[in-house]
Amino acid sequence: MSKKLKQTPKKSLFFINKNTEPLFSKKNRALLSDPLDDNNPITVQVLGICSALAITVQLKPAIVMTLSVIAVMGASNVIVSVLRNLIPNRIRIIVQLVVVASLVALVDQILKAFAYDVYKQLSIFIGLIITNCIVMGRLEAFALGNGVWKSFLDGVGNAAGYGFILILVAFFRELLGSGKLYGYQVIPEAIYELGYENNGLMLLSPMALITVGIFIWIQRARNRKLIEKN
Amino acid sequence: MESYVNLFVKSIFIENMVFAYFLGMCSYLAVSKAVKTAIGLGGAVIFVLSITVPINFLLDSYLLKPGALSWLSPEYENLDLSFLSFIMFIAVIASMVQLVEMIVEKFSPELYGALGIFLPLIAVNCAILGGSLFMQQKDFSGVFESSIYGLGSGVGFFLAIVAIAAIREKIAYSNIPAPLRGLGITFIITGLMAIGFMSFMGIKL
Repeated sequence: MSKKLKQTPKKSLFFINKNTEPLFSKKNRALLSDPLDDNNPITVQVLGICSALAITVQLKPAIVMTLSVIAVMGASNVIVSVLRNLIPNRIRIIVQLVVVASLVALVDQILKAFAYDVYKQLSIFIGLIITNCIVMGRLEAFALGNGVWKSFLDGVGNAAGYGFILILVAFFRELLGSGKLYGYQVIPEAIYELGYENNGLMLLSPMALITVGIFIWIQRARNRKLIEKN
Repeated sequence: MESYVNLFVKSIFIENMVFAYFLGMCSYLAVSKAVKTAIGLGGAVIFVLSITVPINFLLDSYLLKPGALSWLSPEYENLDLSFLSFIMFIAVIASMVQLVEMIVEKFSPELYGALGIFLPLIAVNCAILGGSLFMQQKDFSGVFESSIYGLGSGVGFFLAIVAIAAIREKIAYSNIPAPLRGLGITFIITGLMAIGFMSFMGIKL
């Protein structure tokens, strides 16, 4: 008798859950918003740092990179999630790589056709989206085990969290390094005449690492539960 | 001969994969908590890079480059398959990693024990694909030159990861502000090391 009682509510709960979960339920929204702060791919999960650092001298390539990664991650998460029950476990990495590589080749050709100057600036880093650990990491950790819509949200959310840091770093580096934003001069001439000078060090690549290090410091000082033990 | 030595030194120090291009950062940060594991991963990267770069060089010059297929028949002179290079390169890398894993497992179980966990990880290491993509941009003259480049970049990665692992082992005992511990301080140290490596840029080879 008691067994029966226990079973029925469980079943009905599952039933309700499956049928009435809205497209943007709380859980689904969390998939989209968590990677922006608490579970940021760069500062917390330590994924996808390679490209994050090399292309953040200016805002424009950083924004183009962000959009490309959002497109690639959304699409690849959907494709792998659709195929997840068909992919044999042993060769899954190669299958995922082929899916991602063909999407990246697509993005590469589109950029080459419509934004050639940015394409030249990004050089090999578009190709390196293939091995961007965020893409593979989320495919392995999420898309292989979850439904299509959730995987899509997870992909877009993580790519946005990655892009958020990218754009933040590029903002400070371009502002302090060359006094410009998105190629336009924002620090007025009058300040230069007072003796202000651009900080050339910000344009060098090592400063990207140090800037990210400082962001991590600020984030963890605000959000104490992220602090590492050692 | 001298040019090969130059290329080797250049790819280790001046064009260091980690400090000059930030490639392979993910595994560099994730697997650098102890020197022993860092040596394992570094060794595996040297191994895979010096195999895949020359293979991809052959692929690029006889299959993918604009006009590369002219050895088949003069009709194909205008064919440009370079848009396929991402897929070809990554397929070569992934299958080479699988193959190397099987060979090592069969012939040297000790080495497999040391490298085992890291080998599959390497297929998605940016430094490996980066090596092949840089090779494509650099127009090397032959297979030997490209394999020297692959070996050199691998050694560069090995040096970087072993150095940071040694520093992280020591820094565990120092008194760092709590929010900066772990990842934060590693980033900043890497930045400082990269500034140090920039001093090699003045050397002309």
